[in-house]
Amino acid sequence: MFVFIVRRILQTIPVLLGVSLVVFLIMQMVPGDPATLLAGEGATKETIEMIRHQLGLDRPILYQYIDYVIHAVQGDFGESLRSSRPVLDEIMVRLPVTLELALASIFITVVLGMVAGIISATKQYSAADISIMIVALLGISLPSFWLGLMLIYFFSVNLQWFPVSGWGTFRHMILPAITLGAGGAAIVARMTRSSMLEVVRQDYIRTAKAKGLKEHVIIYKHGLKNALIPVITVVGLQFGALLGGTVLTESVFAINGLGRLIVDAIRTRDLPMVQGGVLIASVIFVFMNLAVDVLYRYFNKRIDLN
Amino acid sequence: MKQVDETILEVKNLHTHFFTDEGTSKAVNGISFTLNKGETLGIVGESGSGKSITSLSLLRLIPSPPGKITGGSILFKGEDLLAKTEKQMRAIRGNEISMIFQEPMTSLNPVYSAGEQIAEAIRLHQKLGKKEAWNKAVDMLRLVGIPSPEKRAKQEPHELSGGMRQRVMIAMALACHPEVLIADEPTTALDVTIQAQILELIKTLQKDFGTAVILITHDLGVVYETCDRVAVMYAGKMVEYTLAKEIFTNPKHPYTIGLLNSLPRLDLDQEELTTIPGTVPSPYDMPKGCSFAPRCAHARRICEQAVPDLESIGPDTKVSCWMYTPQWEKEYEAEKKVGVQ
Repeated sequence: MFVFIVRRILQTIPVLLGVSLVVFLIMQMVPGDPATLLAGEGATKETIEMIRHQLGLDRPILYQYIDYVIHAVQGDFGESLRSSRPVLDEIMVRLPVTLELALASIFITVVLGMVAGIISATKQYSAADISIMIVALLGISLPSFWLGLMLIYFFSVNLQWFPVSGWGTFRHMILPAITLGAGGAAIVARMTRSSMLEVVRQDYIRTAKAKGLKEHVIIYKHGLKNALIPVITVVGLQFGALLGGTVLTESVFAINGLGRLIVDAIRTRDLPMVQGGVLIASVIFVFMNLAVDVLYRYFNKRIDLN
Repeated sequence: MKQVDETILEVKNLHTHFFTDEGTSKAVNGISFTLNKGETLGIVGESGSGKSITSLSLLRLIPSPPGKITGGSILFKGEDLLAKTEKQMRAIRGNEISMIFQEPMTSLNPVYSAGEQIAEAIRLHQKLGKKEAWNKAVDMLRLVGIPSPEKRAKQEPHELSGGMRQRVMIAMALACHPEVLIADEPTTALDVTIQAQILELIKTLQKDFGTAVILITHDLGVVYETCDRVAVMYAGKMVEYTLAKEIFTNPKHPYTIGLLNSLPRLDLDQEELTTIPGTVPSPYDMPKGCSFAPRCAHARRICEQAVPDLESIGPDTKVSCWMYTPQWEKEYEAEKKVGVQ
């Protein structure tokens, strides 16, 4: 297991190099020149050239990239072109907020989704099952920004149960977490349901019944652990989608998280900030995948780690 | 002197039907048999004859819906299992009556160790602690002939071979010393050499524990080697019920005779294997009379008109066929008169 984890961590290096290269190249290709933007309107050509030289943007792309990687490995992502503060510092201020949001919504995704899925599967074709599946269909179909706005309208503006925007207390977390987690919860509910229905038809469930076990022991001990294997995959993928989703949710609820930081950076061509932000997000994503693999292994020892 | 046989299980006129969109399938359509203490009863028949459904019905494990036991009684030690509550049934399953299934590959839960799955039944029915139950599970594995049982107990099913998994299933089924063991094609999925070992194991443990065994199989060779009595099933009905040795030397029902003739024989120079012409009738569309009549070489008018009862024709033999009834000769005369060939 330990060897497996170490190997997987080493495997992340080429992945991250690839991500950084792609982001780097895209930022080179998009129209708009950071030096021109920084210099402001009406700046002379000389001023722009000077800024470009100061930033090292006049050097060949390959040099710029290698330089960037060498510094990034040491934790130096450069300075933000906008605020002139180190990129890493800016990210570290925003990252905890986004992680909190992501974890809160993954909690909703997993707990709500699995409980709904199990109820649906054990009471197949009942009123509860049909209602859950309709809500799940809505959950998948509704765009999160719209859901967020509706939640704000009903629960914050009309009922005044929760703050309209911002971040900080537990009450601030609830609506954004629901907004971000709803789609995932719906997918997990449907996945848990179908996986559970598949598992209860297996021979080993019949064996468990023939042993004289109670219905709930059969479902939760013998069924659920097997049914969870595909669900974990979905949850892992959802976490990736979540990081993207934070951008929208953070915008709707005016939360100063990593997602908004990156979006703002892209808008202002804050090259080092975009690269740093995307790279950090990729690191999180890659490690989430690693966590999923480890969990997978825990739930299903048949998986060969090598 | 022969001791008086003590009946442990008595099945009377059992009906298990499946209600589906295509209609009603009478998978088990009036089965009766008795099982004595320590005895082995073989139930033979081809796929779809209702033997597995019979065995699942005994433990009330029929998936419902669509299946339902619609009639009859299952007397276990004199008490009707069909009248018991689900809770009472749970106390019987895996404890007094247990079951081994055909597919050792899929019948064990892939995410729990072999030892855990055996210990679970022991903890449940014998109210033992975790440690004691585990030790007993290891003892059971040793008993069913698994080498280094301490190590194997910790392994998961995917680390064990098919034969070993079936041994684990047997250990699980016998862990609580049941009075009846139902073995549903326990060797069908295994290699021939392993088959013999598993059957030998069931026989030995049966003797040690005094367990009565219902062995479901489509393999007549297995019946010959292991069973005391045998019930032949065809299309949800029992067509012959007799001593295992009788069935090879003196088969009665045309279907049984057909089955025996279909066995490949090494002592005869056969060009082709004998088969029974035709196919098993669809469970949704059973013939009005004897369900074997359309395939039977001896069939007369009466066979297509009415279902024969399972009647005793000797001290140990019952058969469900018009040929062994007084009506048979009368029918012959009648047919001659009206000019039916």
